[in-house]
Amino acid sequence: MRLEVDITGKAFRNAAGGTQDVLAPIKFALQSGEVGVLIGPSGCGKSTMLRILLGLDRDFHGTIARPPEARIGMVFQEPRLLPWRSVEQNVRLAAPGISDAKLSELFRILELEAHRSHFPGELSLGLARRVALARAFAVEPDLLVLDEPLASLDDALAGRLRDEIATLVASRPVMTLLVTHSIDDAIRLGDRLFFLSPRPARIVAEVPIGIPRDTRGEAEIAAIKADLARRTQGDRAERDVS
Amino acid sequence: MLRLLSFSLFLATWWIAALFVGGAKLPSPPAVLNVIIAEASSGALFLHLGATLARVALAFVLAMSLGSAIGYLMGRVKLADRLGDPWLILLLNLPALVVIVLAYIWAGLTEAAAIAAIAINKLPTAIVTLREGTRALDRSLDEMASVFAMPRWRAFRHVVLPQLAPYIAASARSGLSLVWKIVLVAELLGRPNGVGFEIGVAFQLFDTPRLLAYSLTFAAVVLVIETVLVQPFEARATRWRPRAA
Repeated sequence: MRLEVDITGKAFRNAAGGTQDVLAPIKFALQSGEVGVLIGPSGCGKSTMLRILLGLDRDFHGTIARPPEARIGMVFQEPRLLPWRSVEQNVRLAAPGISDAKLSELFRILELEAHRSHFPGELSLGLARRVALARAFAVEPDLLVLDEPLASLDDALAGRLRDEIATLVASRPVMTLLVTHSIDDAIRLGDRLFFLSPRPARIVAEVPIGIPRDTRGEAEIAAIKADLARRTQGDRAERDVS
Repeated sequence: MLRLLSFSLFLATWWIAALFVGGAKLPSPPAVLNVIIAEASSGALFLHLGATLARVALAFVLAMSLGSAIGYLMGRVKLADRLGDPWLILLLNLPALVVIVLAYIWAGLTEAAAIAAIAINKLPTAIVTLREGTRALDRSLDEMASVFAMPRWRAFRHVVLPQLAPYIAASARSGLSLVWKIVLVAELLGRPNGVGFEIGVAFQLFDTPRLLAYSLTFAAVVLVIETVLVQPFEARATRWRPRAA
């Protein structure tokens, strides 16, 4: 399966009647088994782009090609759980076909077993985020979209959840798109990094990471990070010259 | 306990007032109770109460289902809202009496006319409440349902309906009290049975004990239905909300 994004532009009409460009032309593709990471400053139009490629916003120029039968799993920035349904029901409603064994396995990995019958209002943000992750994985997605799934969690928890995401992504062939601010998350999870410019967003750099995810140790990650830092500074220097 | 206290306070006030005013204008509680027992043993009380309750049930169900559907539509579809709004304002401000009298003139003194007239009186408030509820629906949850490709019916049942439940409960609560009030007028004007009819008869004969006997039994039934049906539904609809300890 393959996701092809070819957005030629997207503008919002503002209150004064003028238009405001949110997205510049953006073009990229994602294969099954690949994790693409979108990195960009706040408000650059990442969420708008996600809404477009999920089919929630059809008012744009360009085309999105994704197989119509592709199942989508999504982790929104806010967990977006149904407050009036229990944790287990929230997951089952999105994935009615899931077997009891699979569900138990998922809850075990995400350490949610004790919270099955709780309502989302009784959960901390970290737990609610994990439920949202469980829901996204329960549908056995072909396309997994993670919109800052680790934001505003403490480092230890974010690290554990990141490892869990890596485990789950590795367990089946899925196209994954991760939106994040954290270079660290991007390097640890991504296969290809897309750096976006401020609004209107365009891709300023596409950086593939050659080392397979499971063999990336701390040393390799530090090396990639240093390389990236050099590269972005180089970009800036080039721009200063021109 | 507090309810019981409040109720006995009411009884005591009534009794003392009856002593001052005299039995013709305000009969004492035992006098009214005697009439209730007499009417109940003859079966007339149940006949009239039953007739009224049946009308309430039919008109209420009709108005609630129609009103909820229209309200939901007006909340979702802008065109429906624009088209329906002037009619809604008209209906909201139309006096109940006008609707009842017109219904009887146009459809005759029939059961259908009575029930339709009662339902039409309740309809606009149900529409307004449900429209507000629909406008307040959380868009982000709609998007969630759409991304996860939930079938329409499942999304409606698990995403939309729970959000509307408090509005439906509020509309049922206010609607029921409205229907209780209007059904008696409709019966008084054009039905040969029901609590409203009996009250009309009692009024013509200045039979205060009888009037109070029927009104109070009616009020008691309303109270029971409120506590047994409406409040548990409300409690169930909001049970997911974290409660104050």
